[in-house]
Amino acid sequence: MRHGSKRFVAGFLVLPVGLYLFYVVWPFAQAAGYSLTNWGGFSDTQEFVGLDNYVRLFKDELIRKAFWHSVFFLVTVPLFTIVLALFLAFLLNVGGRGNRAGVRGVRGSGMYKIIFFFPQVLSLVVIAVMWQQIYRTDGQGLINGVLIKIGLVDADNPIAFTADPEPFLGVPAVLWWLLVIAVWGGTGFYMVLFSAAMQSIPKDIFEAALLDGASRVHTFFRVTLPLLRDTVSVAWVYLGFIALDMYALVYIMTPSQGGPNHTSEIFASVLNFNAFNKGQFGYACAIGVALAIFAILLAALQLRITRRDRIEF
Amino acid sequence: MSTVTQTSGRPPRIGDAPRRHTARPSTEATVGQRIFNGFSHLFLLVWAVMVVYPLLWVVMSSFKDDSEVIKEPLSLIPSKLNWDNFGRAWTQGHLGDFFLNTLVVLIGGVFLTMLLGSMAAYVLARYEFFGNRLIYYMFLAGLTLPIYLAAVPLFKGVSNTGSYFPLLGPNQFPMLILVYVAWSLSFTVFFMHSFFRTLPNTIAEAALVDGCSHTRMFFQVMLPMAKPGLISIGIFNVLGQWNQWYLPTLLMQEVEGEGKRQVIAQGLIELSVNQGYKSDWSGLFAGVTMAMLPVLAVYIVFQRQVQAGLTAGVGK
Repeated sequence: MRHGSKRFVAGFLVLPVGLYLFYVVWPFAQAAGYSLTNWGGFSDTQEFVGLDNYVRLFKDELIRKAFWHSVFFLVTVPLFTIVLALFLAFLLNVGGRGNRAGVRGVRGSGMYKIIFFFPQVLSLVVIAVMWQQIYRTDGQGLINGVLIKIGLVDADNPIAFTADPEPFLGVPAVLWWLLVIAVWGGTGFYMVLFSAAMQSIPKDIFEAALLDGASRVHTFFRVTLPLLRDTVSVAWVYLGFIALDMYALVYIMTPSQGGPNHTSEIFASVLNFNAFNKGQFGYACAIGVALAIFAILLAALQLRITRRDRIEF
Repeated sequence: MSTVTQTSGRPPRIGDAPRRHTARPSTEATVGQRIFNGFSHLFLLVWAVMVVYPLLWVVMSSFKDDSEVIKEPLSLIPSKLNWDNFGRAWTQGHLGDFFLNTLVVLIGGVFLTMLLGSMAAYVLARYEFFGNRLIYYMFLAGLTLPIYLAAVPLFKGVSNTGSYFPLLGPNQFPMLILVYVAWSLSFTVFFMHSFFRTLPNTIAEAALVDGCSHTRMFFQVMLPMAKPGLISIGIFNVLGQWNQWYLPTLLMQEVEGEGKRQVIAQGLIELSVNQGYKSDWSGLFAGVTMAMLPVLAVYIVFQRQVQAGLTAGVGK
């Protein structure tokens, strides 16, 4: 370290750290503090109420709903996205016609990758507004329109999509319809990710498996999948965060942002409802802290479950 | 990522045809392989159609007039190209303003994020000082915490700041830019930190011996060497800030005497929510199309960099 490096370090750090402290760290710290008060947000009165907000949290019917809806997304979003992405990546990389009795990628795999990645570059808002039109509950909607035309759906009784609170397999239908969008939007990205990981597996491993007479499907389950374990577990963690962050879809697509009849409430929608509609900032902050703890525990858990010896090649 | 580079020009990998120990003279694929190949193409095509068809439907619907949207909602070919839909969305739907607002925020936001992010990452990665780890972990912590937790105090904080510095209050571009920068720093620092660590020491030492100052070394030696990383994280930030909707919805709210300065994502939400009253369907489709096509066009041109840039963040 030469003379003057201290001033240099400080000079380079002061702006980014200052901004970060002011706009990110300080609000988080304040939120934790407000969660112990009964502050209404627009009044100046705020009394310290201790853990009252947190006790209330456990009795809140909406929070309980939001919790189970988040669990639903946490299980289904990563599961469906990863299975579908792995399947497509597998077809893309080994589905080709072996001209010398071998394994090769399908023709046009580059083109497929470009197309599958489309939803990833579109904003969640564009996707949500687009799907709102696809999910329209009359003949103008893409899905209802087609189904009515071919006679599968009665024009007087079309599919209600995100306005449908009826349970399907024990989960409100609206959540399943939101899940479809999340999977539609996420699959392409993870397919490209898995595809790149598959291509970085050295060829000799596959040659050895083929020499031993393994079929393609066998090779996939016994060789490729175990070697992709690292990538898949990272994907699982990321998709977990996406599953917790379905708020854009709920906000834009469901009636009264969490409806119908609170069947699509998630933590973020309950938080916003309490903060800006009911004016209970203190309680809303407690919900936020609970969500943060939930997210951190989840990340720790996922990292713990998925951690394993890394295979170097 | 063309098919040519798939099979040649790189070390042999899974996509290539390995030789088998039983040398078969025939170049014909077996029946099983043909079926498998057909099956693969079928599934891949089905998914490709599922991705492209809704997008195409939106683009095509944006050329129809309102009565056609209602009467022939499913047809992919509009009877006439109604360009005025775009004009209407641009002026009456205020998409023109939204675009301009987004552009202002994006240029300022991404530039400052890259500059401040790589400055912090560089110092944290290559200088030892007291508190280094603390600051680094503080940035990392921002990756896991949900933004909604900070929403309420952030909103209050911005309102309070606004009463001292009007430009940093709600509904102001400089404020939104700084908030974007602060919230983008976590990932930018995390990503560039690992990048600066991998850069060789020898060049830095040589520059120091030649009497290069620390600041000059950063801008003229290190930053150019970190270009691949900067491109990746730049793409990531452009897309992330272009798509940001929660922060503007929270912070760009009407202040007395001033209309909302909305960005595109926020404006589209409003446009679609207000549809119930005005029902300008073709205008809405035109708005979505205009928000969608520029991004898709840029992506198609730079698809290799975009795919690499976005997946690099997860692959780390």
